Amino acid sequence: MSENNNSIRHILIGVWTAAVLLFVFIPSATIFLASMTSSRYFTFPISSFGFDWWSKVFNSLEVRALALTSLSIAATVTVIAVVLGFFGALAFARYDWKGRKLYQKFILLPIFFPQSVLGLALLLWFNALGLTLSWKTAVLAHLVWIAPVVTLVMAIQVYSFDPSLEEAATDLGASRWQTFREVTLPVLMPGIFSGSLFAFLLSWGNFPLSLYTTGADNTLPKYLYAKMVAGYTPGVPVLGTISTAAAAVLLFGGYAAMLFLTRKRNAAS
Amino acid sequence: MIEKTSVLAQPGRRAALPIMVLLALGFVAPLLAVVGFSFMPARTFGLWHEPTLENYETIFSDNTYVSLFWSLGLASATVVLLALICYPVAYGLVRVFGRWSTVLTLLFTIPLVVSENIRLYGWVLFFIKGGVLPGTLRTLFGVEMGDFLFTPAAVLFGMVYVYLPFMLFPMTLGIAMVPNQMREAARDLGATRWQVFREVELPLSTPGLMIGSLLTFVLAVGAIAEAKVLGGQRIIPITHDIEIAFTYAQNWPLGAALAVLLMLVVSVLVLIVLRRFDLDQILGKR
Repeated sequence: MSENNNSIRHILIGVWTAAVLLFVFIPSATIFLASMTSSRYFTFPISSFGFDWWSKVFNSLEVRALALTSLSIAATVTVIAVVLGFFGALAFARYDWKGRKLYQKFILLPIFFPQSVLGLALLLWFNALGLTLSWKTAVLAHLVWIAPVVTLVMAIQVYSFDPSLEEAATDLGASRWQTFREVTLPVLMPGIFSGSLFAFLLSWGNFPLSLYTTGADNTLPKYLYAKMVAGYTPGVPVLGTISTAAAAVLLFGGYAAMLFLTRKRNAAS
Repeated sequence: MIEKTSVLAQPGRRAALPIMVLLALGFVAPLLAVVGFSFMPARTFGLWHEPTLENYETIFSDNTYVSLFWSLGLASATVVLLALICYPVAYGLVRVFGRWSTVLTLLFTIPLVVSENIRLYGWVLFFIKGGVLPGTLRTLFGVEMGDFLFTPAAVLFGMVYVYLPFMLFPMTLGIAMVPNQMREAARDLGATRWQVFREVELPLSTPGLMIGSLLTFVLAVGAIAEAKVLGGQRIIPITHDIEIAFTYAQNWPLGAALAVLLMLVVSVLVLIVLRRFDLDQILGKR
């Protein structure tokens, strides 16, 4: 009786989850459909299918320049955020020090903060400092939000790290740098990996912070937004589909790579 | 021994230093600048004028605070709806789906890294006249659909959609914190399903629920794209007023004062909720 009840409940939960997942992916599916029309405006059912807009987007110099700006920002943010986040996570979860509890909460504040307001505050601050807005100021803006996220992602990995490993290495005569390179770094590698994946993707897709802090430099999300508001072309859904697909590939590819590496290491040890 | 702890105390502080410097320059300083600007005379661009309260007076005499109530109301509704929508999913991810959970979690993560305005625009193309839903209804059933886009309900719909992962993932962490033995013990002692849920499951997963709600609320209060893309500016959220003051109106002090009001609401909530939790316990699960 109870078993039966349980399985009905599990089926209901499964159906509900499938429905929520459908809800989450309806816009992406719609965007994909809208990208496959060869007419100027989108009407459903689609009267003339075609990939004309895909080739237009791929050949557009403007889109290439935008992608390059977005890529430069995301790559720079990733490198800096991973370094900051790595040490930040050690301070968060590994070391016992006075003020740690306060620090843990302070790190969360930029995450628990409306991004549009943060973007405007940074705009005001950069202006007050007399900085010219460009993709470099956008890097700083992204970092304020992304470095704490990366810190948290890595901290979860650091919690599972056994400090006695480091002590053992030191006892066996390893120098500080050797311990770091041979013990700490490899053990925390999965955290570093997922941290950099998140840093890159969150920066690549960010809109509210870029909107106010890139100045004359344009990023893809900013460009898409401008196009949506005025001057829609089916190039918008094409770019939307590409970014969604790329994110999916990176996430699943990253996960598969991590599984593979963990298996390999477990097999080796 | 005492000497050892004081030596250990050092690396932690040193490791925390870089990110603290970043946040001091990129988070604390800008917010202080906003607070400073909010006391400057209207339409000025420097921080060295005689401080005044006129911007705050303008807000309360000009009904601008109405938009603050819209934002707070919509954010609260978003939190309640998401708590109800996400709980069964989070429960399933922890207890039901087994090894499928990872794949499902990844699927729920994908939208998080696609710019929200692209995804909201997907909903526009879905609901708009001649879009996917009305088009399907017309061709299959010959039914014409009423307008859903550009209503307050559409804004709420968009917010529920965009902030779903921010409720789902902390909730999942929270539910994973409830030990299985505890539930089984309660069952063995004769508790009904409902009792197990109310007396064991819910209280023990509260940290995740609270953090998810807080995160969702704070981000939703700062939402701006939903009202612009799906709401057709029928609703003016506080963030929109702030943006207008900063950009078109070129009235930084007024925008700063509005931002300060929003920041006050957010920081009071965040401080109240975060005080209660031990992050080592939630994230560490040692």
